[in-house]
Amino acid sequence: MAKRRLVLTFPPKLVEEPITYRLIKDYDLVVNILRAKISPEEEGRLMIELSGEKSALKRGVDYLNRLKVNIQPLARDIRWLEEKCTHCTVCVSLCPTEAIVVDRNSMKISFNKNKCIACGACIPACPYKAIEILF
Amino acid sequence: MSKTIAEINEKIRKGKAVVVDAEEIIDLVEEKGVKKATQEVDVVTTATFGPMCSSGAYLNIGHSKPKIKLGGGRVYLNNIPAYAGFAAVDIYLGATALPEDDPRNEVFPGKFEYGGGHAIQDLVAGKDIKLVASAYGTDCYPRKNLKTLINLKDLNEAVLFNPRNAYQNYNVAVNLSDKTIYTYMGVLKANMGNANYCSAGQLSPLLNDPLYKTIGIGSRIFLGGGTGYVIWQGTQHNPTAQRKDNDVPSVPAGTLAVIGDLKEMSSEYLVGITMPGYGVTLTVGIGIPIPILNEEICRYTAVKDEDIWAQIVDYSSSYPLGKKESLGEVNYAQLKSGKILVKNRDVLTGSLSSYSKAKEIATIFKEWIEKGRFLLSEPVAYLPGPDTGYSFKPLKER
Repeated sequence: MAKRRLVLTFPPKLVEEPITYRLIKDYDLVVNILRAKISPEEEGRLMIELSGEKSALKRGVDYLNRLKVNIQPLARDIRWLEEKCTHCTVCVSLCPTEAIVVDRNSMKISFNKNKCIACGACIPACPYKAIEILF
Repeated sequence: MSKTIAEINEKIRKGKAVVVDAEEIIDLVEEKGVKKATQEVDVVTTATFGPMCSSGAYLNIGHSKPKIKLGGGRVYLNNIPAYAGFAAVDIYLGATALPEDDPRNEVFPGKFEYGGGHAIQDLVAGKDIKLVASAYGTDCYPRKNLKTLINLKDLNEAVLFNPRNAYQNYNVAVNLSDKTIYTYMGVLKANMGNANYCSAGQLSPLLNDPLYKTIGIGSRIFLGGGTGYVIWQGTQHNPTAQRKDNDVPSVPAGTLAVIGDLKEMSSEYLVGITMPGYGVTLTVGIGIPIPILNEEICRYTAVKDEDIWAQIVDYSSSYPLGKKESLGEVNYAQLKSGKILVKNRDVLTGSLSSYSKAKEIATIFKEWIEKGRFLLSEPVAYLPGPDTGYSFKPLKER
C-alpha cells in the first residue's frame, strides 16, 4: 500500500468531471477528501489523500496529469514558520494526527508535514501566527 | 553558612561567580546536598516567557515646532490608541489596546490581527511607527494636529513599564461546556478536549523564591532582552494564597511590577500576540537572579516540577463567574508530560508559556552574570509576604 497527500487544482472546465469517482472506480484507490474549495474564479481546489497499490497510485496520478489537473504535494501548502515559533506548545493538543509533537526533554516542538492533514485547527490557536496553510 | 550580595558581586566582578540555572540546581542539590550546593553556587537564574497582558510602554516623543499638547488629546500609534493623560508629549501604549475600527468579537471569534503588543514589538524591532494625534490647542501649545513617523532611536525616553508580570503559578484551564470557547488561556475545546497551562514551573522566578526572600523592590533583572528592575509588587499580588508545605503556592499568588529601558530590549523577547476571540497582548521574557545567600534560599531554588501544583479550572463557567472552584490539582511534571487526568479522563495539555524559551533566557542570563556583565542588586524593600495579610480582593459593586 502506498499513500500520497496531494493538493489538486483544476480549471473551470474540469469542475464537472467526477474526478474522485474515477479515482475510486477506475483506479481502485482509497480517496480521503481532506478539504475542498471552489473559489469565485471557479477554480477548484481539492486536498486529498490517495492510497492503494503502488502501480494503481501511479496510474491514478497519470490520469490526473492527462486531464491537466495541477498536482502538488500537500506538504508544500503547509508551512511551519520556525523563526516565529516560540515552542509554547499551545497548538499540540489541538492536532488530531500528532503532526505537531513535543520533545518532552527540551520542550521544543517539531512539525511532521507528512502527518499533517491540513485541518487548520492549529492556525487560529497559534498566538504567534507561526503556521500557515496556503489553500 | 551564609553569603551577602556584596560578596557575590565581588566574585561576579572577578569572573569567579558560580552560576547555574533553576533547572541545573535541582540535580546539583540532589547530588551534593543543600549544604554543599549552597557553598558552591552563588547565583541561580530563573526565567519565564509568556503572555503578560498588564504590560506597556511609556514614550516621550519630543516636541514638534510649533508645539502640541497631546495631554487631553488623542494619540494613535499604527492606528492603536495610546493613553495621553500626561504632560505634553508623554504617552503610554498598552499591550491589549486595539484600533478603534477593529471589529473585535462582532464576528465571533474575533481575529485581532494587530494591537498594542504588536506595535510594541514593531517599535522595539526598530520599525517606523505612524503617529497620528489631535489636540485642542492652547496659547503655549498652539498646534492641533500631528501626523508623523516615529522611531525608537529618536525618542527621548521609551520605557517598558509593566504593572503585573511573572505570575507566581497559574490555573490550568479546561472547558466543561459543549462548545469551543476562546479565552486568554487559548482555544479550549468542548467537553475537556484540551487543558492549557501557563507557567515555566521549576524555572519560573517567583516559584523559586516562594516567600520573596530575595526578589524585592529594586531587584535588577533581565527584561525583554535588556536590563530592568522590579519596582513594586504587581497588581493582584496575593501572597496569602494557599501554599503547600514547601511554601510554594498552588494557586496564582505573587506578581511583579517591572520596568526597563525599551531601547536596550529585543523583539525576540517582547512579542505581540493574538488570542482569537479574546484580543491581543504581549509575550514578555523575564529572567531573575536569585543570590544563594543561605541554605534555605538554595533549597527553595531546587524546587522541581513535580513539587509545584496548580488547580484545574473550568473556563466555561467557574472562571467567568468568579467562583473559586477547582476540578483537581496537577503538578507541572504531569502537565509537561502532555497528558493529565481530569475527572478520570485523559486530557491533552498545551502551554502558553514557553519552557524552552524560558530555559534559553535562563542560559543567556547565566552568561551575562558569569562574564561580569550583570551585577545583582540588594532590594531596597521587600514585597508583601504571607504574614502581612496583603491579599487580592474582588470588586464590591455599589
